[in-house]
Amino acid sequence: MGTQRVKFTFMTQMVKEPIIYQLGQNFNLVTNIRRADVREDMGWVVLELDGDDTEIQRGLDWVSAIGVRVDPLSGDVIEG
Amino acid sequence: MAFVKGLICRECGREYPAEALNVCDYCFGPLEVVYDYDTISDVISRERISQGPLSIWRYQDLLPANGDDPVDIMAGYTPLIKARNLGKSLGLRNLYIKNDSVNPSFSFKDRVVSVAATKAMEFEFDTLACASTGNLACSVAAHAARAGIRAVVFIPWDLERGKVIGAAIYGPTMVSVEGTYDEVNRLCSEVADNYPWAFVNINMRPYYAEGSKTLGYEVAEQLGWRIPDHVVIPSASGAMFTKIWKGFNELACLGLLDGVEAASFGPDQNTVHHPAVTTKMHMAQAVGCAPIVTAWANGQPHVSPVRPDTIAKSLAIGNPADGIYAIRVLKESGGSAYAVPEADVIDGIKLLAETEGIFTETAGGVTVSALKNLADSGAIKPDELTVVYITGNGLKTQEAVEDVVNPLSIKPSMGAFEDVISQRISVGG
Repeated sequence: MGTQRVKFTFMTQMVKEPIIYQLGQNFNLVTNIRRADVREDMGWVVLELDGDDTEIQRGLDWVSAIGVRVDPLSGDVIEG
Repeated sequence: MAFVKGLICRECGREYPAEALNVCDYCFGPLEVVYDYDTISDVISRERISQGPLSIWRYQDLLPANGDDPVDIMAGYTPLIKARNLGKSLGLRNLYIKNDSVNPSFSFKDRVVSVAATKAMEFEFDTLACASTGNLACSVAAHAARAGIRAVVFIPWDLERGKVIGAAIYGPTMVSVEGTYDEVNRLCSEVADNYPWAFVNINMRPYYAEGSKTLGYEVAEQLGWRIPDHVVIPSASGAMFTKIWKGFNELACLGLLDGVEAASFGPDQNTVHHPAVTTKMHMAQAVGCAPIVTAWANGQPHVSPVRPDTIAKSLAIGNPADGIYAIRVLKESGGSAYAVPEADVIDGIKLLAETEGIFTETAGGVTVSALKNLADSGAIKPDELTVVYITGNGLKTQEAVEDVVNPLSIKPSMGAFEDVISQRISVGG
């Protein structure tokens, strides 16, 4: 079992999709939203995912594949 | 000693002790340092600062780490130069360059890493770490060497040789990661979560970022305890931009600026704005990675991440952690944000070199080109006091300007020399 903290960024076409619900249902993950700002044109959510490490990875791969940007909580940690 | 009360969440205001933390456990917002400004105001003075070392640690009362025995390779106290030639070419009569390219590891990163390394020693970490495409890796490796602790530096596998050598010379453990930018980013975040190391820009970030305030303090001190009408600053994460603004406001609130009355810091230290601080903050990014400029231009309440594609690699942060806070500073200061076309970056490097004898890296080219745009558009008036921040050294990005190498090739004879020299320059009699 593991925990991962991530930030999802949704562009316009994804804003209405129940992505976090599907993530919990389809990958057996507990999703815990801590902060979010969702508007008509875009939105972001920071959340914690609890579950099996493999399921977390599969879930994040699926979220990325459908066009949601997935980032570590701290943003870009590679600096110039 | 450091006059630190603790940490506070920038979003929900929850308080934490001054530990190796960067994220609020409750809302996952970023943490910031809280200072005991009442005590600082009792001890700090211009005289006390002037008696300090010729490094960032002369401002130790305003830094979040103990300055009695800092990890100091003499970062900071870099030259502030009156730029007569560059000013003349841009129509600006009161232009100064803050030349931070002459720091010990040749970039402003020495300021932030010196604070992070000192704090890491206080917390008794035995390893200083980072993920970097250049300047940060050099600075972390150099400060770890000075501190006598281990350095672990993650770099992308395709990093230019010059930058690899510039960090490797200090003897860090260097991990070259094969993968996309996002994959490297994700791996480093996971490593930071799982190893008890001081990652300067992750778990040390609240302290690390504060080092950039010294870019504001120094300019004010070097101008005779005045602040400029305009500053032009390159931006990647947005942290330096916000911290220079914070530095100006701290000096004002503490009554250290000429003719400025001290004032209360109010309920939120991190958004304090003294009315005497009227500096317009101008941000420079390159078109290939300009998420903050784009958000500003479109009036967006948040910053949409981008995939960086710019020659200004030291500014290539597509998902800037402090972007939203930088936008607040832009608004508050009445500043502006400009995305420099990629082709103009090299022009900016050359303009600075040919007018002022300063060789800057691509980030500096972005900044000088943004300055030119501000001057051309009339946003900066000819007599307004303007400071442009040059944050990195051109020796690190030589490949960007290789086309300048165009020597006159001759045989070793005076005749051959005279044949070619008259074509290149006019020789006086």
